[in-house]
Amino acid sequence: MHELDGWTLLAILGMTAISVITRGFFFISEREWTLPEWAQRGLQYAPIAALTAVIAPDILLTEGVVGAVLRDARTWGALAAAGFYFWRRRGSYVMPAAIAVGMAVFLPLRVGLGW
Amino acid sequence: MIMPLPPDPGELPARGRLGAWLARRVDTWARTARHPLFWVGAREMAGVSIGLTAWAFMTGVAMVKSGMSITESVLMSLLVFAGSAQLAAIPLIAADAPLWVVLAAAFCVNLRFVVFSLHLRPYFMHLPRFKRLYLGYFTGDVTYVLFTRRFPRPPETEGQRRAQGSYLWGGNVTNWVFWQSLSMLGIFLGAALPSRWGLEFAGTLALLAVACSMVTTRLRALSAITAAAAAVVLFGLPYRLNIVAAIAVAVAISLYAEPRPPAAGDDAGARDA
Repeated sequence: MHELDGWTLLAILGMTAISVITRGFFFISEREWTLPEWAQRGLQYAPIAALTAVIAPDILLTEGVVGAVLRDARTWGALAAAGFYFWRRRGSYVMPAAIAVGMAVFLPLRVGLGW
Repeated sequence: MIMPLPPDPGELPARGRLGAWLARRVDTWARTARHPLFWVGAREMAGVSIGLTAWAFMTGVAMVKSGMSITESVLMSLLVFAGSAQLAAIPLIAADAPLWVVLAAAFCVNLRFVVFSLHLRPYFMHLPRFKRLYLGYFTGDVTYVLFTRRFPRPPETEGQRRAQGSYLWGGNVTNWVFWQSLSMLGIFLGAALPSRWGLEFAGTLALLAVACSMVTTRLRALSAITAAAAAVVLFGLPYRLNIVAAIAVAVAISLYAEPRPPAAGDDAGARDA
């Protein structure tokens, strides 16, 4: 419950440094400078790619292989959350609501049916 | 009204110097907090925070449910203070991925802040370097959006600098207090709930919602789908290298698919990344 693993601590400290560096990236140097042009364009695509690269295996894979996707609570939860998001994307608090809708689909399937 | 400090007492012993430094810090803080715009910033942020609380709560639950101890989760929340980067790193830490893969994923998820910092640079450059980085660290997504919406232009006079700084700190303090308290609640409540429910899935859904909110252009949708497919196909790579490889493939394909020659409006597109 309360143990502190040295490796995890290192990861936490490294991520803290990442928070400081990324949020202050252009404050570090006094000199005027900008990223090369291709890197600036690439910045548009990297964050969303990082997110979907992390979540896609978490949703689709079971122990490293594509399992019975249609009999999986995660598939339906994710579809419900994304569907709700795009249906109500102009509304307020749509992000927490989408998570709640996804969990409302996921939990009965997982706890009730064991999917 | 601003209370004057007592006159400079001249040479002081070490303890006196520490006391004088502390008194100056407290005085600076009190001046910021007494500025009317501090409370305007705090109020506007509080309105948005209601939505963020659910988010913070889920980050807390996801951390503790992925197998991190309560101590580790609390430390991570207090130090890293970046919800999506934490959510992205949690499964990687749980899978014992190498440190550089965890950091690379956190860096990529945080890349939007690099764009924000380019935008904020003219607002912050009058501060010394340490203060710039300190203020930047505490400025999250929502405070950045509210701040640049209220102040479309960087400050020119001392009065404007104080006004902008106070507004930003009002939002930042509110954001930090809401975020950390709900994150702690998630950690401690999450630890008490059964693992069988798979509550860490809320963290995945939270990232999915952020990803959906970033689909503002066709090319970004292409980047999202390519990265998802590549990450699944390359899952067999060791050390969770599939994440890094998928990001590289998706960015390269999106850059390649861009219409060219690049239009003049490109810069504006990068701004709201």
